[in-house]
Amino acid sequence: MFELIFPPAFILILGAFLIGPIRAPLRPLIVLGAPLLTLYAIWQMGDGIQLTAQFLNYEIQLIESSPLRRLFATIFAIMAFVGGLFAFRQAKWWELAAAQAYAAGAIGVSFAGDLITMFLFWELMAIFSTVVVWCGGTEGARKAGIRYAIMHLVGGVLLKIGIEGVMVHTGSIEIQPIPLTNIDGWLILIGVLINAAAPPLSAWLADAYPESSPSGSVFLSAFTTKTAVLALILLFPGQQILIWIGLYMIFYGIIYALLENDMRRILAYSIVNQVGFMVCGIGIGTEMAINGASAHAFAHIIYKALLLMSAGSVLYMTGRRKCSELGGLYHSMPLTALCGIIGALAISAFPFTSGFISKSMISQSAADQHLMMVWLLLLAASAGVFLHAGIKFPWFVFFQKDSGLRPKDPPWNMRAAMVLLAAGCILLGVFPEWLYRLLPYPVDYVPYTASHLVTQLQLLLFSGLAFFALLPLMKRTLTISLDFDWVYRRLILSLMNRLICLLSCLNTVLRSAFNRIFTIIWSYIGRHHGPEGMLARTWPTGSVVTWVVVLLTVFLLFSIY
Amino acid sequence: MTNRNNAPNNAQKSWLYRPENHKKLWWGFGLILAATVVVQLFVSVHGHFVFDGWFGFSAAFGFVSCALMVVFAKLLGYLLKRPDNYYDDDV
Repeated sequence: MFELIFPPAFILILGAFLIGPIRAPLRPLIVLGAPLLTLYAIWQMGDGIQLTAQFLNYEIQLIESSPLRRLFATIFAIMAFVGGLFAFRQAKWWELAAAQAYAAGAIGVSFAGDLITMFLFWELMAIFSTVVVWCGGTEGARKAGIRYAIMHLVGGVLLKIGIEGVMVHTGSIEIQPIPLTNIDGWLILIGVLINAAAPPLSAWLADAYPESSPSGSVFLSAFTTKTAVLALILLFPGQQILIWIGLYMIFYGIIYALLENDMRRILAYSIVNQVGFMVCGIGIGTEMAINGASAHAFAHIIYKALLLMSAGSVLYMTGRRKCSELGGLYHSMPLTALCGIIGALAISAFPFTSGFISKSMISQSAADQHLMMVWLLLLAASAGVFLHAGIKFPWFVFFQKDSGLRPKDPPWNMRAAMVLLAAGCILLGVFPEWLYRLLPYPVDYVPYTASHLVTQLQLLLFSGLAFFALLPLMKRTLTISLDFDWVYRRLILSLMNRLICLLSCLNTVLRSAFNRIFTIIWSYIGRHHGPEGMLARTWPTGSVVTWVVVLLTVFLLFSIY
Repeated sequence: MTNRNNAPNNAQKSWLYRPENHKKLWWGFGLILAATVVVQLFVSVHGHFVFDGWFGFSAAFGFVSCALMVVFAKLLGYLLKRPDNYYDDDV
């Protein structure tokens, strides 16, 4: 059957191919036009399987649409557009092309109707996100990119083995909830969780993202972890273990962000924290929880991109990234500061911002299921988000002390992108039904009640009090914090060095032992066969003649008798 | 791209950084905090569990949990913090 439907992801792939060869003045047309065209294509599609193809004797479903998939694809396309707007005058063309291919991967995964299609687009994301990391252009970015690529390729291999297991054992490549009854399910879960930056392999995110360019981190923050969230919703809804993995991620993000000095690494840890809320919601698994996780992913992509744009603008204008070197920028960069603060309020779920209407659905679902402990931890985590991202980021970058820096706000396109996203944060907060209408299940939730407003304001403002009261404990230091990546960047390396040392010692010992044995054998052979040896001695002619005479005599005697 | 001026003296400092204003800022913040708690007298907070409707529960919970997280992070920092050039000799 042939249908005149074009996978939306292909539009962006085509765009990515064109960005390089096309003349520079026309580039913005592709960078900004392709995502808008993609957005149009996404909304033209009806629900259900729309396009199939043959691949290695399998019928793969290139497009399967549903409200959930459309929601994720929509925000990915929006981010490709706004990220492109933020980047197109400053970033290199190859970063723009890689980012567009990366976004194509994310949108491809969103509409993948089967595991094979999902895997192909998944790897497309891994490859081009690595290129985006490398576009940071520094030695640090090169190394972090390699570590990032290794981590994602390992994740990809696990995912692939899991998918093949499912194909062999069930004969189906459909995307549907997978039970964790055998190793296949677990391998797929682990492969997906690696992309979600779940423990213990969460360090890749805070390692790689801050090394990218000011615009690169904006793209990176949006796609990889959120496609993993979508994959978890599609494949593992209601898996209880995800509740605890999510809670771990939430507190890991908070604690590491509190210890961190690099402003973009603070935001990177906070991505893990926010994805933790979504993973926890997926683990709870009720309609309200899945709605909450989806809404939170949508809202999160907007405010996290806004925060990273704000940080990226500061980096672009000052060349500095450490909190200890920044401060007092609100005066000379008022718009960047304002947008950063709006993003910070949104991530903290302040009333009338997008975070307030999305995150609370996840907490509500925990309460509805009478998961008191989970609810309490989520509440503490909400307070902690305000602490580590909501106040810490704007405070140390834009206020704190006067660093003496007087940078201006960034160029117009970067400002425009920030204003768009800041408006998005507020509009979604004020008109929650805009987002609720797009969610996978009907929404039976009213975020704005007097009770919710009062408790949320109390929670957040008293977290603020804790921040300022304990500010001396949070004095910035020129440090990083050890994470699990220490294991593969140091421990394994030092173990390998030791192994090499051990082997070389063994080599020396064996060599000398062999030498000694060889010497003994040599001298033994020498004794008998050497120039002075018994068997190598020359015999005098006279004695030989004598022996011949004796022999002949004996022979004569025998022949006579 | 960076303009680094000489360190501004007190008169040039913006309002926020003048020491005499710190007290005003704290008072303003304190009033807002008090208002969010006092308003609970007029708004019935219906909690999901027994305890979360208590007067000022969210305020106390927010403050205490944040204080615990800050202190925990501080302690963990002694164990985990390394100079930021720790990995610089990575291959």
